[in-house]
Amino acid sequence: MSLKEKMVSSFLAFELDTNINSPVHDIRSESIKDFEKIGFPGKKNEYWKYTPINKVLNDKLTVFKKKRHLIEFEKVKDFFVNGIESYKIVFIDGAYDPLWSNTTHKGVDICILSAILENKKYEGLINKYYNTITDKNESFSLLNSSFSKEGAFVHIPKNMELDKPIEIIHINSGGESSLMLQPRSLIILEKNSKAQILESHYSLVGENNKSPYSYPGFIDPLTNTLTEIHVEENANLDYYKIQNDLETTSLIDNTYINQKRDSEVSCHTFSFGGNIVRNNLNFYQNGENINSIMKGITILGGNQHTDHHTLVHHANPNCESYQEYKGIYNDNSTGVFNGRVLVDKIAQKINAFQQNNNLLVGEKSSVNTKPQLEIFADDVKCSHGCTIGQLDDSALFYLKTRGISEKEAKGLLTYAFANNVLENVKMQALKTKIKKIIANKIGVNLGFEL
Amino acid sequence: MLEIKDLHVSIDGKEILKGLSLNVKPGEIHAIMGPNGSGKSTLSSVIAGNEDYEVTKGSIFYKNENIEDLSAEERANRGIFMSFQYPVEIPGITVTNFIKTAINSNLKARGEKEMAANEMLKKIRDKANMLEIDSKFLSRSLNEGFSGGEKKRNEIFQMAMLEPSLAILDETDSGLDIDALRIVANGVNKIKSSSNAIVIITHYQRLLDHIIPDYVHVLQDGKIAKSGNKELALELEEKGYDWI
Ligand SMILES: Nc1ncnc2c1ncn2[C@@H]1O[C@H](COP(=O)(O)OP(=O)(O)OP(=O)(O)O)[C@@H](O)[C@H]1O
Ligand SMILES: [Mg+2]
Repeated sequence: MSLKEKMVSSFLAFELDTNINSPVHDIRSESIKDFEKIGFPGKKNEYWKYTPINKVLNDKLTVFKKKRHLIEFEKVKDFFVNGIESYKIVFIDGAYDPLWSNTTHKGVDICILSAILENKKYEGLINKYYNTITDKNESFSLLNSSFSKEGAFVHIPKNMELDKPIEIIHINSGGESSLMLQPRSLIILEKNSKAQILESHYSLVGENNKSPYSYPGFIDPLTNTLTEIHVEENANLDYYKIQNDLETTSLIDNTYINQKRDSEVSCHTFSFGGNIVRNNLNFYQNGENINSIMKGITILGGNQHTDHHTLVHHANPNCESYQEYKGIYNDNSTGVFNGRVLVDKIAQKINAFQQNNNLLVGEKSSVNTKPQLEIFADDVKCSHGCTIGQLDDSALFYLKTRGISEKEAKGLLTYAFANNVLENVKMQALKTKIKKIIANKIGVNLGFEL
Repeated sequence: MLEIKDLHVSIDGKEILKGLSLNVKPGEIHAIMGPNGSGKSTLSSVIAGNEDYEVTKGSIFYKNENIEDLSAEERANRGIFMSFQYPVEIPGITVTNFIKTAINSNLKARGEKEMAANEMLKKIRDKANMLEIDSKFLSRSLNEGFSGGEKKRNEIFQMAMLEPSLAILDETDSGLDIDALRIVANGVNKIKSSSNAIVIITHYQRLLDHIIPDYVHVLQDGKIAKSGNKELALELEEKGYDWI
C-alpha cells in the first residue's frame, strides 16, 4: 500500500477514535476526499522542484501513536526561553503535555485546540475562522486538515495587549518509529490586540546526534504542522519560529496569516536543522495599510535541507511587505528560497521588498533562490535581490591583521552576516537565546556579550 | 625591529618589489613616499602577512625573527599592525565588539588572560577621547558607511587599542580634513615611544609636519631609490620624483 492509500484508509480508523459531531468534522471529511484526489506532490511538481520531499514520505509512516513517552525536564529545559515569564503550550510527539504547560482562560484563551473543538461555547469562533484561509489545493494542508485534532489555540480579545509571550513547543521524543504528526494550531488576534508568540520544534538528541531510541531501521518522525493566524484590524503580532531539530527528523510547516486593515505581523523563522524542512509561509492582506514582515536565518550542516516558500498576496492598496532571509550552508547542506509576491490590480501604492542572501561555506553546499513577482497593479514599488557567495577574503584578511585567528575570523564574519536579521526581535531573552544558538552552530566563541 | 633585505615580491606573476631593503629600529619613525603604483601598499601588505603576494627572494625579519612562515594573525599577535589605505567595511560587527575580540584574541595568543570588561571599557573610552571619537560611532558597524576620514580615524583608534610594536600607516592622512589630521597625528605621537616603531606611507609633506620622521625614503620601481632625513620630504614636495 502506498503512503497515500494508507493515509486515506487510516482516516476511517481515525474517525472511530474521534468525535464526529465536532463542528470541524465535515472539514476533515472534505479534506481527506480532496487529498485522495491530488495525493502527494509528484516529481514534476513545480512547487516542490528543489525539495525531494518523497525521500521522507516513507510507506511505513503512520498517524497513530502507540504509546506516551515521558521525558525528564532536564532534557528539555533548554527548549524554553530562559529568564522570562511566559504562557506555555507543550506537546510531546503531538500530545499535549500539561506538566510543563502554563495555559489560561482568564480573559484570554491560551490553551489546546482539542478542548475548543469539543466546546459549544467556541462554535461561533470555529465557524468564523477555522480552515478558512488554508490552501485547498495543497497536499500537506489537506492532510493536516484531515487529521487535525490537537495543537495550540490562542484567542486574544479586543484591545488586549498580552502581558507575556506565549511559547508553543513541539518536542519529538524519538521514542517511536514511523510517526507522522499533524499538529494544528489556530491563533486569533481581535481588533487592537497585541501579542508575541514563539513556536518551536525540537527533538531529543541521543548518541551520534540521532534520536535517543534509534535502532537500525528506525524511521524518524515527520511533522506536518499547520498554523492558521487571523489578525484583525489594527492588531499587532510578533511571531517567531525556531526549527532546531535533529538531522534526521523532518518538518513541513504550513502557516497561513490573514491580516485585516492597519495590522502588522512580523514572522521570524530560525531554521537550524532538520533532515528536510519545508516552510510555506503565506500572508494575505485583506485591508489597507497593512504591514507584513518576514525574516529568516537558516544555518545548516551535514546533509540537511531547508526550503522557504513565502507568499504575500497584496490584495489591497497602500500596504507593505518586507522579506529578508539569510542562509548559511555548511558541508553538503542545501537550501531553497522562493519568494512569491502577488499584487492584485487594485492594490496600488504597494511597497514590497525582498532580499535573500546566502553564504555557501561547504564545498558541496548549494542553494536555489528565486523571486516570483506577479504584479498586476501599475503604481507599485517592488524590489528584490539575492546573493550567493563565500566569505569576503579582504574582510577575512582585515580581521586577521588585528590578531583574530582564521577560525574565529570566519566565525565572526559568518555571525555578522546573519546578525542584522535579529534587529527586530523584540523579546530580548529570545534574541540572546538565538544568538547563542547561532554562535554555537557556527562554532565561534564570541569574545563579547550577546 | 624590522629588517628587510633584498625583498622581491610578485603577484600573479608580476614582480612589484624588486630588491627592497629597509631597516627600522625601535623608537624610529620612517616615512615612505613614492609615486602611485610604486609598491608602497604592496610592501605594507606583505609585512602584514597578505598571502596573495608571493615573496620570491629576500627576507623580512621582525624582532630578529624571520616572519616568512607566520600567518597574518600570528604577526599581529607579535605586535605588527597595519593601518589600511582602504579599510574594509564589515556590516554586522560593531566597532566595540570588534576591538574587544581583537584585543582578547591577541592576549589569548600570547598566553595571557582576557581583559576584564571594565578595564576594556575604560581603555576604549580613553582612546576614543584621545582621538575625539564620538561614543555613538563605536556602536556602529565596523567601517560601514563611514566617511573616508572616519575610516582612517578608526584605524588609528584600533592602533591605539592594540598598542603594536610596529605600526605601518598606509596613507592614513589621505581623506582626513585639517582638524582630523592634527587630531590623528597627535594621537600617533602619544602612542609613539622609544620601544615601538612607525612606518608612515604618505604622498604629502603636511602629515610629516605633525609626525616628524627620522628617515624619509623614496620607493620607486620596487626599490628604495633614495633615503634621507625629513628635509627630503620637503624637497620631494617641491621637485616631484623625476630628479631622483
Ligand atoms: N592583485 C594584483 N594584480 C596585479 N597587479 C597588482 C595587484 N595588486 C597590485 N598590483 C599592482 O602592483 C603595483 C603596486 O601597487 P601598490 O598598491 O603597492 O602601489 P602604491 O605604491 O601603494 O600606490 P598608491 O600610491 O596609488 O597607493 C601597481 O602597479 C598595481 O597595479
Ligand atoms: Mg597604496
